[in-house]
Amino acid sequence: MPKKSRGAAARAGGRKQAAGRPRRRRSARGSGAAPAGATELFKRPESMEGTVVFRVPFPEALDDLKGMTPVIVKQPYRIDYVHSFGQDSPFFAGLANGHLLGTRCRRCDYTYATPRLACMYCAGETDWVELPKVGRVHTFTTCYFGSEEFLPECPFNLILVEFEGVDTLFLARLLGATPEAIRVGMEVQARFVRHARFKPTDVYFVPRSPSRERRSPAGEV
Amino acid sequence: MALKGMRPVYVVSGGVSKFAKARPDRTFQPIVKEAFDAALADVELDFRRANELIDGTVGCYFSDHFMRQLKAATMVQDYLGLCPKPSHRIEGGGATGGLGFQEGWKSVASGLMDVCLVFGWETMSHVETWKGNEFIALASDVSFDYPVGGFYSGYYAMMVVRHMHEFGTTVEQMAHVSVKNHTNALHNPYSQKRLRLTIADVRAAPMVAWPLTRHDICVMSDGAACVLLASEDGLERIERSSGRALPRVVVTGVGRGTDAMRMADRPHGEVILLPHEKASDYKGLKYPGVHSFRAGRMASKQAYEMAGIANPLRDLSFIELHDAYTSSEVQTYEDMGLCRYGEGGPFAASGRTFMPGIDYGLKLKGQGTIPVNPSGGLIACGHPVGATGLMQAVFALWQLQGTIAKHFADPVLQVRNARRGAIHSHAGTGTYVTVSILEREH
Repeated sequence: MPKKSRGAAARAGGRKQAAGRPRRRRSARGSGAAPAGATELFKRPESMEGTVVFRVPFPEALDDLKGMTPVIVKQPYRIDYVHSFGQDSPFFAGLANGHLLGTRCRRCDYTYATPRLACMYCAGETDWVELPKVGRVHTFTTCYFGSEEFLPECPFNLILVEFEGVDTLFLARLLGATPEAIRVGMEVQARFVRHARFKPTDVYFVPRSPSRERRSPAGEV
Repeated sequence: MALKGMRPVYVVSGGVSKFAKARPDRTFQPIVKEAFDAALADVELDFRRANELIDGTVGCYFSDHFMRQLKAATMVQDYLGLCPKPSHRIEGGGATGGLGFQEGWKSVASGLMDVCLVFGWETMSHVETWKGNEFIALASDVSFDYPVGGFYSGYYAMMVVRHMHEFGTTVEQMAHVSVKNHTNALHNPYSQKRLRLTIADVRAAPMVAWPLTRHDICVMSDGAACVLLASEDGLERIERSSGRALPRVVVTGVGRGTDAMRMADRPHGEVILLPHEKASDYKGLKYPGVHSFRAGRMASKQAYEMAGIANPLRDLSFIELHDAYTSSEVQTYEDMGLCRYGEGGPFAASGRTFMPGIDYGLKLKGQGTIPVNPSGGLIACGHPVGATGLMQAVFALWQLQGTIAKHFADPVLQVRNARRGAIHSHAGTGTYVTVSILEREH
């Protein structure tokens, strides 16, 4: 969707790269040599940009209509959702205040790093508990492409964090580590953004280092 | 689960539209009609007779977002000329087609219908790939998972990184699956991608989410597929209409499983064992974690029990499974019990799941024991979500009929003496999985 109204001529067929268009990246891990999809390098990127058209040609004979190329139009679609975190709200309020919260089952003690109010194993009610702010990388990846919303942030690291004494994992971003440096088992430290956006990314992780830990306002482990 | 009180269900006919990156020439209804018309033509059934015989339908598509059209299955139902017959829509992520197949099975097995049409499709080209990735990622928890960087390839990458850590699986072993499926698809005219690749090509392709490259991942597609299911009565009526005896392919097992939506919530417990496995095989293995698909294991176990399969490697002639990623094919070998948990990587590289008699440009010691994705799978055929599980059913039917040469105009992908096949449909990060067993009746 164009940010401000411009003339039809300005929108004509992909003269500019659309905002948010992924830049072609070559990863550090993939070798840069002769990609199998090399032909794509010689292909102009497709875009949703186009020209406003008011008339199209039309044949004299109706019999020719079945051979007509399709008429394709753009239909923008934008929605704001009012999303309540409901029973999970304390988790997000916690992040805004520098607390990483999980839940623990009253009945069977099963502890969830990503909170849920009802235990998956005994259906018992859980209580809020503070999670450790240091954990280990259970698994990881680096995304070089992604969903439209996150393309501007590529490449980014995703990790699942495991915590001592906690039964489930926690999905987060890992900052401050090159893709090559990330390892399963690596110690990571939670950090919080100063101005909460009430998203799970209000907490993120960095490799744990003693000096970082001292500086971190969230260092009380 | 047992077949108690259930009637045998026959897979009578099927049709597939040629999968393509984009089909702007048609809206979704005529694309489904292409598959429907093909299914009728294959048993020489004209529409008027078919309309008398079909008791109802199941319509399958995954995402309302891709088309911005709700109740789209109704629009297919009326376009096919099947109103006012009963119908319902099935949605279950990537497993939509597999679930729809089993819903059709239920309709016939229960006695509710004698002839049931199951149709499925997806037209994903209406948005750019990046937006499509976003729509697909909405099939992850939008409070906790999606906002962190919602991207399915990223999720699957994390799952296989843990598999690599637990078991020593290598990227080259995964790339074997890409070479196999792409090479197979060269003989399948319905496939979307036609590439002859080497292991080095797969690894040199642009990295999407480490360690998965573009050739480790299926693509988005526009396409449709459908199957005609019938009771014995229904089959006989179709045979009378078409004036010839039809090959009898019967569904002998159906299974389904689930797992927690958030990968982070998966337990680290004990392996669910198949009949040919022992607890001692898995000492110290924390299961399923994020490295295995418990839903796939559950679905396999149920389907095998119903079909009387004691050892899938020995008892199945071929499998069409949900290879959205090369990694998930490797992981699924283990869930389906073709090898033990942890052995999927070496099993992939052994060649046992390759077609016999095709030169893949690889040294394969055990080539052709149990062909997996002889069609080329999702990786090469494409993955128009709601059609995918039904496409597998159609290809499996043709294998069991021995009609691959006729349908593909090429005999290379015909599994010799195909007697019993499995189809496996998989959603989310392994949240819904279905396995169905199809057999040629003697």
